Amino acid sequence: MIKNILALPNDSVKKTLTVAFALCLVCSILVSAAAVVLKPMQEANKAFDKKRNILQIAGLMEEGKSVDELYKQIEARVIDTTTGEYVADVDPQTYDQRKAASDPKQFIPLKKEHDIASIKRRAKYTSVYLVKGSNDEINSIILPVHGYGLWSTLYGFLALEADAKTVVGLGFYEHAETPGLGGEVDNPNWRAKWVGKQVYNDSGDVIIKVIKGAVDSTTPNAESKVDGLSGATLTSRGVENMLHYWLGKQGYDKYLNKLRTTKGEKS
Amino acid sequence: MNPETKKTLIDPLINQNPITLQILGICSALAVTTSVKTALLMSVALTVVTACSGASISAVRNHIPGSIRIIVQMTIIASLVIVVDQLLKAFAYDTSKQLSVFVGLIITNCIVMGRAEAFAMKNGVKASFIDGLGNGLGYSLILIIIAIFRELFGAGSLLGYEILPLTTDGGWYQSNGMMLLPPSAFFIIGIAIWIIRTWKPEQNEAPDFKIHESHLHTSAPENH
Repeated sequence: MIKNILALPNDSVKKTLTVAFALCLVCSILVSAAAVVLKPMQEANKAFDKKRNILQIAGLMEEGKSVDELYKQIEARVIDTTTGEYVADVDPQTYDQRKAASDPKQFIPLKKEHDIASIKRRAKYTSVYLVKGSNDEINSIILPVHGYGLWSTLYGFLALEADAKTVVGLGFYEHAETPGLGGEVDNPNWRAKWVGKQVYNDSGDVIIKVIKGAVDSTTPNAESKVDGLSGATLTSRGVENMLHYWLGKQGYDKYLNKLRTTKGEKS
Repeated sequence: MNPETKKTLIDPLINQNPITLQILGICSALAVTTSVKTALLMSVALTVVTACSGASISAVRNHIPGSIRIIVQMTIIASLVIVVDQLLKAFAYDTSKQLSVFVGLIITNCIVMGRAEAFAMKNGVKASFIDGLGNGLGYSLILIIIAIFRELFGAGSLLGYEILPLTTDGGWYQSNGMMLLPPSAFFIIGIAIWIIRTWKPEQNEAPDFKIHESHLHTSAPENH
């Protein structure tokens, strides 16, 4: 039968349809096989990458120790940003905030006046990562943040000290800003400038600013200002807006407030 | 290697280079050449796809109905690209993140389609594979040259290693921001074409129009 079909003139209707069908079948098997076989490896890569990013941004990477081993000191939790409370019925290990942000059942659309980070919607629940010391006390808090820069949404983490206002680190694990300009958000020198900055003032307002030019000791409020990236005004502004959004009322404000007032108690 | 095969493999490097002679695949040459690492990975991915798609299209070339020829080629190319993308995500996760959409865009790279239509539809499996390989390498050559210039002068490094210490890091080299933007790739490709055509004048195309100077001199006094 196959021979009969192959012997048909190429442009006959029957052969055209048969070739099209056979080709689609072969190609779809090839593609789906590759996707299924490689999926576990890709997932493992993704999970590893996320752990490594969290550790790097919290400044916990150590030479000679494996990521998995170091990650043991980090406890993942899920919070409801509207109330600032921990959520008990979601498994923090498997909760995927980014997936949730695109699931109509799990996201909340943002009003335009609230959406300063241009992210349009937020997941109802958010992951947070706590770095715990030996006595179960919180050493630092790692918060996922994302927002729009110039070309792309930047995804990253902001790590705060136990006082919930001093920056331990800020870094992005995914973005598509111009390399060398906006892409300098990855530059270790720029990232180092964030360390020790104050994001809140005493009355709890978000005061962190990314300014044009360099910050030095003569700049007023230098402790809450960071140099902008030269040639990347929009990316710098995006980073600032993102932090204002996530640290503000729509973001982690309530949760961080609670942490501050219950400081010292076990969570 | 017989001379015919060698010619198929070597010709696309300079004499029939897909970028500098045929001016194909320019879009990706602008997009992925800001660093040598992404350019290298893109080169490997494209070379694999061009060679494999050439071979597979050539294998079924006698049974492809003319009316759905292009769609058939596209389907084969697209499947291969998806497989390559999946492999990269599984084995070279970090770099696949940098390349992001560009791997998917190999599907629309004119070189792959161009070789399928121009060569694989008329030649044997082995020859088509070699032709794809040669064109992929020709593309890679130009891509890597552009990337070396752009990364070196734009970011002061090669493959991520610092070569020229930047002023922003306390060095002496003031980086050239334009090198990191797409237009610089156009300039470098243009200069490359200029150099190659000066070296090999047979690549110059005959001009489409010529100004006839004789009119200017002879017609002026008689006609008003």
